[in-house]
Amino acid sequence: MNTQNKLRLDAGSIARCRDDALRIASQVQEMIDLHTTVSVERAVLRLVGVDGVDAFEVPLPNLMVEQVRQGGDLSRGVSAYLAGALLATGLDVQGFCAAFLEDKVSLLGHTLPDSRLTADTLRPYLEASFQTISHHRQYREAQLARFGARQPEIYVIVATGNIYEDVKQAQSAVRAGADVIAVIRTTGQSLLDYVPYGATTEGFGGTMATQENFRIMRQALDALCEAEGRYIKLVNYASGLCMPEIAVMGALERLDMMLNDSMYGIIFRDINMQRTFVDQYFSRSLNALAGITINTGEDNYLTTADAVGSAHTVLASQFINERFAQLAGLPKSQMGLGHAFEIDPDLEDSFLLELAQAQMAREIFPEAPLKYMPPTTHSTGNIFQTQAVDTLFNAATMMTGQGIHLLAMMTEAIHTPFLSDRHLAIRNARMVQSAMRHLQEEISFKEDGRIMRRAQQVLREAERLLRDIADTGLFEALEQGVFADVRRDRNQGKGLEGVIKKHPDYCNPAMDLLREALA
Amino acid sequence: MMIKPYGDTLNDGKVQLSFTLPLDAGPLGLACAKEIAKGMGLPNPEVVHTEQMGEGFSFYVIYGSLPQGIDTDQVKVHAVQALTMTMAEIEALIRRHFVRELVFVGASTGTDAHTLGIDAIMNMKGYAGHYGLERYAGIRAYNLGSQVPNAELIRKAVAVDADVLLVSQTVTQKDVHLSNLVELVELLEAAGLRERFVLVCGGARISHELAMELGYDAGFGTGSFAEHVAAFAVQELIRRQGKADQ
Repeated sequence: MNTQNKLRLDAGSIARCRDDALRIASQVQEMIDLHTTVSVERAVLRLVGVDGVDAFEVPLPNLMVEQVRQGGDLSRGVSAYLAGALLATGLDVQGFCAAFLEDKVSLLGHTLPDSRLTADTLRPYLEASFQTISHHRQYREAQLARFGARQPEIYVIVATGNIYEDVKQAQSAVRAGADVIAVIRTTGQSLLDYVPYGATTEGFGGTMATQENFRIMRQALDALCEAEGRYIKLVNYASGLCMPEIAVMGALERLDMMLNDSMYGIIFRDINMQRTFVDQYFSRSLNALAGITINTGEDNYLTTADAVGSAHTVLASQFINERFAQLAGLPKSQMGLGHAFEIDPDLEDSFLLELAQAQMAREIFPEAPLKYMPPTTHSTGNIFQTQAVDTLFNAATMMTGQGIHLLAMMTEAIHTPFLSDRHLAIRNARMVQSAMRHLQEEISFKEDGRIMRRAQQVLREAERLLRDIADTGLFEALEQGVFADVRRDRNQGKGLEGVIKKHPDYCNPAMDLLREALA
Repeated sequence: MMIKPYGDTLNDGKVQLSFTLPLDAGPLGLACAKEIAKGMGLPNPEVVHTEQMGEGFSFYVIYGSLPQGIDTDQVKVHAVQALTMTMAEIEALIRRHFVRELVFVGASTGTDAHTLGIDAIMNMKGYAGHYGLERYAGIRAYNLGSQVPNAELIRKAVAVDADVLLVSQTVTQKDVHLSNLVELVELLEAAGLRERFVLVCGGARISHELAMELGYDAGFGTGSFAEHVAAFAVQELIRRQGKADQ
């Protein structure tokens, strides 16, 4: 990876950005450490091995957390209630789940053990899950070492709504040259406060994220690795109201990347900011343990805000996402920081501005496998024009060394991709990759030229913005609509009722074990 | 006037098409692709490109000439019946006919998470150099964003005493947009509110014809900007006001 300072960016300015981003994230971290959420508690249950649904398809983790919330004190953590119930009934977790579904046992009405006894009781179950996760991580690393990883990685989406149809489309994409398959979620799932169960065949604009669907796709992709001679990565979304639970499911089923942004849900899904901040911390800690690369969502800012005027908000958010990820224990090599090729292609010198932004991100975050998103906002029904713009995007990736290259589709403005759309997009990207293989090494930028000046300007603006946010606080900045022109109130938004202030005796042995493993 | 698609000579009838078949590339796939083109009314289709796609699929690019033309005099046009106007003209029109602000409430409804369409029409900065409704003098615009349930849109519309409801639909997979759009009309009718608002929908796959069929007053597809929507809505409100005065 070429990390030399081609743009003559001011190292002092970058360091000040990082300092202010740390101030910003640390202020929020104080709030995070004092709170838990219903989804964090459900994620803990999943790590302990609680799974399944009742006759009405309500997931067991929801039933249990709800029981404690209504009849107990969830601020002490669901772990203490589960440990107390296991000790009192003498059942193991599987037996307890079965009995719970038959309404024979309850989490309530038992003596609550202290945090040490809670941890001792749940530790064997947690360790079993952690072992599975660590085994998956080793397997992935061995496969990548054996086959080698390609750069950039070609990332495509499938989104039929039917997991079995997704498998066919994914296999076809892999054969055409895709390295990474993302199964887009059905529209609206991010706002469900539970995770659906089992294999699913109905969805709109995407397919339900369920643990069974993860397993089906993982198996299908694994089956192609030998024949294709490369490890195929699988992506889903640890985002929305169930962010921590989906992180658990992804870790258990060996997903390789997770969309996981510290602010996306707040801005674009109107999820309450306290909920999202607490949830992202747990999710990222788990992703760190599982070796899962997160993808952040800064690219989305430019779909609603102006891509030229708001470029610095993307950079500022990347700094903030980096610091939140660091606080959760995520190494830089697992930070797929997002940005996008979203400038109006009719604007004069738009390609120069894109190169400036992409090269700047590359130089500021040299170890991060940057996730580069394709043009969408200015794509139209003119598929021929869109294909041409997409080729420019492919070129920008090669000229600036982006890590995760999310493929543009010529039918972006029309429908979820046809099999042929994806195939043609992969062929285009592969052609550009081959034709421009070593171009990046040949490029230097003109001293004080348009590209250099643009990058320096965006960095200066980001520095100013980060200082302002650090001075006022991130909550205030989000209330003022700093990102994507969207304003959110800290005491509104979806999922606020699921945020709980921790009791002084709160205990969460899963989080403790996670912190121990990451230390 | 009789016309045909134009390649490089008047009435040569040239068209291009491409599609995928669930067959491996090969003589059978090629023959099937030709038959499909013939079935579409192209007597001598030329398959100019074919390639294998993954396993069990192949892709075709075909050119052909349409034998039959179309009589332009026989074609009915379903377009929004409203004068096209500039932002300044619309603002002047509102000043002339109304002593109050006109209230527009818009949302991307149902499960649709896309805000691009509604933002392009409503947000201050608009889209592609066309300012959005928020910038119009004489218009008070409320953009409720995405994933707004139909019932909530109606509640808000009543609360702010809206004149115009704008609904954006982007996701069209399995026709989810249709059921969503129909539901809004049904809810309005059930509440006896349908006539209270000028009801407009928009989106990449929405046409005026479709909108009328679904019970909307107008529909706006790709290439529509705030001034198109505003010109229609203001003229419709004036028309309704005239009716009420008579």
